[in-house]
Amino acid sequence: MANKLVDLQNISKAYGDNVILDDLNLYIKENEFLTLLGPSGCGKTTTLRIIGGFETPDSGKVIFEGKDISKLPPNERQLNTVFQKYALFTHMTIAENIAFGLKIKNKSRQYIKDKIEYALKLVNLKGFENRSVDSLSGGQQQRIAIARAIVNEPKLLLLDEPLGALDLKLRQDMQYELIRLKNELGITFIYVTHDQEEALTMSDTIVVMNQGYIQQIGSPEDIYNEPQNAFVADFIGESNIIDGIFVQDEVVEICGKKFACVDKGFGNNTPVDVVIRPEDIDLVDPKEGTITGIVKSLLFKGVHYEMEVEANGRDWLVHSTDLSPVGAMVGIKVDPYDIQIMKKPESEDEEAVVNDEQ
Amino acid sequence: MVRKLSRRVYLTVMLIFLYAPILTLVVLSFNASKSRAKWGGFTLKWYKQLFSNEETLNALYTTLLIAFLSALIAVILGTLASIAMNSMKKKPRALLMAITNIPMLNADIVTGISLMLLFIFVNVVFRTRIRLGFTTVLLAHITFNIPYVILSVMPKLRQINKNTYEAALDLGASPIYAFYKVILPEIFPGILSGFLLAFTMSLDDFTITYFTTGPGIETLSTQIYTEVRKGIQPEIYALSTLMFAAVLLLLVFVNRKSAVKEKE
Ligand SMILES: Nc1ncnc2c1ncn2[C@@H]1O[C@H](COP(=O)(O)OP(=O)(O)O)[C@@H](O)[C@H]1O
Ligand SMILES: [Mg+2]
Repeated sequence: MANKLVDLQNISKAYGDNVILDDLNLYIKENEFLTLLGPSGCGKTTTLRIIGGFETPDSGKVIFEGKDISKLPPNERQLNTVFQKYALFTHMTIAENIAFGLKIKNKSRQYIKDKIEYALKLVNLKGFENRSVDSLSGGQQQRIAIARAIVNEPKLLLLDEPLGALDLKLRQDMQYELIRLKNELGITFIYVTHDQEEALTMSDTIVVMNQGYIQQIGSPEDIYNEPQNAFVADFIGESNIIDGIFVQDEVVEICGKKFACVDKGFGNNTPVDVVIRPEDIDLVDPKEGTITGIVKSLLFKGVHYEMEVEANGRDWLVHSTDLSPVGAMVGIKVDPYDIQIMKKPESEDEEAVVNDEQ
Repeated sequence: MVRKLSRRVYLTVMLIFLYAPILTLVVLSFNASKSRAKWGGFTLKWYKQLFSNEETLNALYTTLLIAFLSALIAVILGTLASIAMNSMKKKPRALLMAITNIPMLNADIVTGISLMLLFIFVNVVFRTRIRLGFTTVLLAHITFNIPYVILSVMPKLRQINKNTYEAALDLGASPIYAFYKVILPEIFPGILSGFLLAFTMSLDDFTITYFTTGPGIETLSTQIYTEVRKGIQPEIYALSTLMFAAVLLLLVFVNRKSAVKEKE
């Protein structure tokens, strides 16, 4: 296993009575692309700012390359940040912006010049040296912010929703560029976003957060296919989250019907949450289905059709490339390994689950 | 049509009201006749006399020195205060802004008398011997100038993206380096207009100066007041005209600057 580059140990942070992070534990491996994913206000930025040194945790330690840097001011940390609103220096030219960190480190003129050229090439903005910040579009400004950070050759780059202000097309282009950059530079990225698609596209590891607690840590595939609780399932892509009863190992009862599944050990006759992805539901002939229902609505979504099927008193969201017209009787079938069983949260409103696993 | 015409008429009448007195003053300052009722031809002799008058030149020097020093010190203090206030939470900041705004609205005579009383009070309590004079006038001017500086620097500070300063730190800048290289250049236009505004206010002031000055120290405005009590000389018209022109120029300059900035 690769080394831990950053290790957050028992981090807690509150603003007044408002507890943002409560005993958070998380490590980031060298050369990893790790994404903090969660709804707005869940504490992603706060976590990032604690790593960057802009906030001090009330308790806990930030370990960087084995050393405790909790008390180190931001200017003495071997990492750089790309802020959401770019935060370029508007009274300086692009070249001066990029040179800012290098001048502080007393690099030679030639070195700085070469670095600027290299960085601008890397972010596809060759020849922008003498442009003013105001003359650049949002996407271009964000690239400059990235260039300004990476010329310092940090071990770790922190990115706080860097694509949040860009429109969809540009955002997708930039996602690919960021992955390319990361691979070319070989630095560790900690990336913050509330956009699950972005997280799934870019990350090696996703950390799903809610209300300051880590809900699940895993690869994009893990998170998508095996959400550990209803929050993760709901947040990552569209899902059918259904109340069920775990009858016995490999059997779960949903809407009064028994389905075969692959999970074991939830305890016989225990209420559980069942997650079924819309694309994992097969619509078949009513005779062959475990449950039968009626198609209530149909939407064409480009790659697939989205259908709502009413069956046994609830609506099932179904994605399929095959069309079933509205009003048709259909059978619902789900393969055992497409059924994901999760423990119910302890209480109704306990959405945020404390999760120490990693 | 009628509305347009009435608007024009209204504007003209208003401008006449505003500027007729000053216009009279300017015209009389070039009048060769000493009489206020008769035009005796164009002359610059009052201006010449003015500049050969040592007392007036002294007063001019004092005025400019106080204006410059008070504006400079007010700019430094006001900018630092703005930075501190900017990093405060919303409520205390709003409260402090209100507190700093009040002296600007306060009647000059109240400010003047309170400052005079304060200086005397300090002398009595601390057994110091601050005499009313240059220092007290300077202190008074600094006091009333600070709010103007805060008023022009604060909006510039508020405009700065909160992350800009942090970005500088992130790139390795010490807090002081970040301030000089990043924050100061961004707020400099505000500091400059604050300075000019403060300079103008100081040039312009009579009441506060009158109450805080002592024997031997005269600014142009107190000088004019003294002269006028002896009897009005056309020289005074010339001096007043010059003061008006100086203040006008400064204000036009400040406004032009902010208009250009806004266009950008
Ligand atoms: N300086 C601050 N003072 C008070 N509350 C703050 C401050 N910064 C953030 N918060 C609060 O902390 C919570 C988490 O914020 P943040 O970490 O920015 O969330 P995210 O980045 O996930 O949207 C929010 O409820 C926010 O209002
Ligand atoms: Mg955020």
